[in-house]
Amino acid sequence: MRFILRRTGFFLFTLWAAVTMNFVIPRLMPGNPALAMMARYKGHINGQALKALEILFGVKTHENLVSEYSQYLANIFQGRFGISYTFFPDTVSHEVLQAIPWTLGLVGVTTVLAFILGTLIGLVSAWRRGGALDSMLPPIFVITSAFPYFWIALLCVWLFGIKLNWLPEFGAYNITDTPGWQWSFISDVLVHSILPAATILITSIGGWILTMRNNVISVLGEDYVRMARAKGLKPWTVMWGYAGRNAILPNLTGFAMSLGFVVSGAILVEYVFNYPGVGWMLLDAVSNEDYPLMQALFLLITVAVLVAVLLSDILTALLDARTRDLA
Amino acid sequence: MAFPGVALQPAPPETQAAEQTPSRRRGQRGGNLWRAIRHNRKATAGAILLLFFVVLAILPGQVAPYSYTSTAFKPALQPSAAHWLGTTALGQDIFSQLVYGTRESLIIALAVGGLSTVIAVIIGVSAAYLRGVTDGVLSLITDVLLVIPTFPLIILIAAYVRSAGLVTIIIVLGLLGWSYGARQLRSQVLSLRDRDFLESARVRGERRSYIIIFEILPTMTSLIVASFLGAALYAVLAAAGLQFVGLGDPNAQSWGTMLYWAENSEALGAGMPLWAIMPGVCVALLGAAFALLNYAFDEISNPALRPVRKAMRAGRGGLDPGTVLEGSDAEPSRHRERRDR
Repeated sequence: MRFILRRTGFFLFTLWAAVTMNFVIPRLMPGNPALAMMARYKGHINGQALKALEILFGVKTHENLVSEYSQYLANIFQGRFGISYTFFPDTVSHEVLQAIPWTLGLVGVTTVLAFILGTLIGLVSAWRRGGALDSMLPPIFVITSAFPYFWIALLCVWLFGIKLNWLPEFGAYNITDTPGWQWSFISDVLVHSILPAATILITSIGGWILTMRNNVISVLGEDYVRMARAKGLKPWTVMWGYAGRNAILPNLTGFAMSLGFVVSGAILVEYVFNYPGVGWMLLDAVSNEDYPLMQALFLLITVAVLVAVLLSDILTALLDARTRDLA
Repeated sequence: MAFPGVALQPAPPETQAAEQTPSRRRGQRGGNLWRAIRHNRKATAGAILLLFFVVLAILPGQVAPYSYTSTAFKPALQPSAAHWLGTTALGQDIFSQLVYGTRESLIIALAVGGLSTVIAVIIGVSAAYLRGVTDGVLSLITDVLLVIPTFPLIILIAAYVRSAGLVTIIIVLGLLGWSYGARQLRSQVLSLRDRDFLESARVRGERRSYIIIFEILPTMTSLIVASFLGAALYAVLAAAGLQFVGLGDPNAQSWGTMLYWAENSEALGAGMPLWAIMPGVCVALLGAAFALLNYAFDEISNPALRPVRKAMRAGRGGLDPGTVLEGSDAEPSRHRERRDR
């Protein structure tokens, strides 16, 4: 319990740090570019929204930093992030909510797939130590782990999108389609997701394979595994029930954490494929100098990660008795 | 960037400490490192790749047929004897651009690696060695930085800086990239702290700074090198990504900037795929050099992870295959996860 309390405290502190960073960064920059953007706003938006933006970027000169900061905090915690410049006059929150499902659908599903596949491959490759899988995979995935996501994405675009013209390489669906729950639209979305999903899968699966393999290797050295073997249990039982179950523990918490990175996980992949998720929107906001949107997205991404970290802590505490004793 | 599975685990075990007994003479250590690189195939491959890029970075003029900026050629030429990889939409020679672009990528990698390793050593070692409140504060900062998604933060900062130049990129990446190394170094020092050789140094009346620099740091060479390599890999990828999306200096001579211009000119669709793909190949190869070296250092410092057959052949290290599996308290490797890219 103390462990969870301590981690919750850490969660709150980090959250505060991120929110504060968001407040400080615009003020640290010489010639705050947000000011130029604010000038364009003048006369277009009403008092309340303008005031929220002024507080966000530190435009207001008569107020001191402390009162600005407290108003900023109040705004953030009530979900008032201001108005998006690109999508004027929509609020930032409205825009962000539209991007989230795309990212969750694409990157979320792919992350789960990568975890399941990678863990299985890692387990098998460690179990057959020295086999073909074991000697082939680690070097390959050490190398692919160094590949930039966006480069794999470019390769996919070129090979399957342009050269072979098998799959669409742009956007999440045909713009001629009307979004809805009918099959034609759903299948269109699925087809559009194949290339970006494959890109993410290729680049993220290696990490799971390597960590799982290394975990299993160390678990195989444990006495209880030798005991299980000595009892004459079937290799299959030993592999799944003894080695696999224990080795997966660190990977599970890693998985809980990686779910948090889903939101930010594939910024550049979304960029290359013009996939209208959170990452694409962040870069779009950057190129449009839409600072309110940018900062709201950064906060969203950070909060997602922090929540996932907290969850993975709780998961660790539930699954691993040893951490409970750590006070 | 954060590293799931590692961030919240208790301290890594003392694999290195156990292996590199401090009683060895200091002069041997560099030799050991070198021998380890030569005897590990992954390390050899990584070292050769890295050496290749270092040569290109130092002597681009000897290798590249044309200058980086020369626009004297016909645009969008296909590969030929005169232009090995063709030309860009602006009539630049792609191969020459690649060669000249090496320098900036390598400088970023080495500078960021160096900067973040220095910070990691200072923070990690002092946190563990000074204990108490200092440790609490430093560890808290490390942990916060570890879980905050770095790449979006870098994007945010770059958006405010607008067209980040070489120095800005190095500073931002360096200041944000040390947390993982610091955490590992801290655990390592914690596991060393109460050992006899440090106790004896204290009894001898050595100063703290002496103990840290001459007694503790040398025992952690491989961990420090690993943290350097990890940070360098992260820097190569992050910098290329930043420049690719147009947050770098558009006039920089680097692979990331080449990618930016290629993407802007829709090189893939316009029949110049090599323009967009080759800079990525270079980024990937340089990254692979660091990743291979890093993984090899994992294997060197953690014998359980070595390929089995090799361990059997090399009976010299006292590693017969039986003990490899039994005696190891192997910690999951410190393979770095990239999630926020």
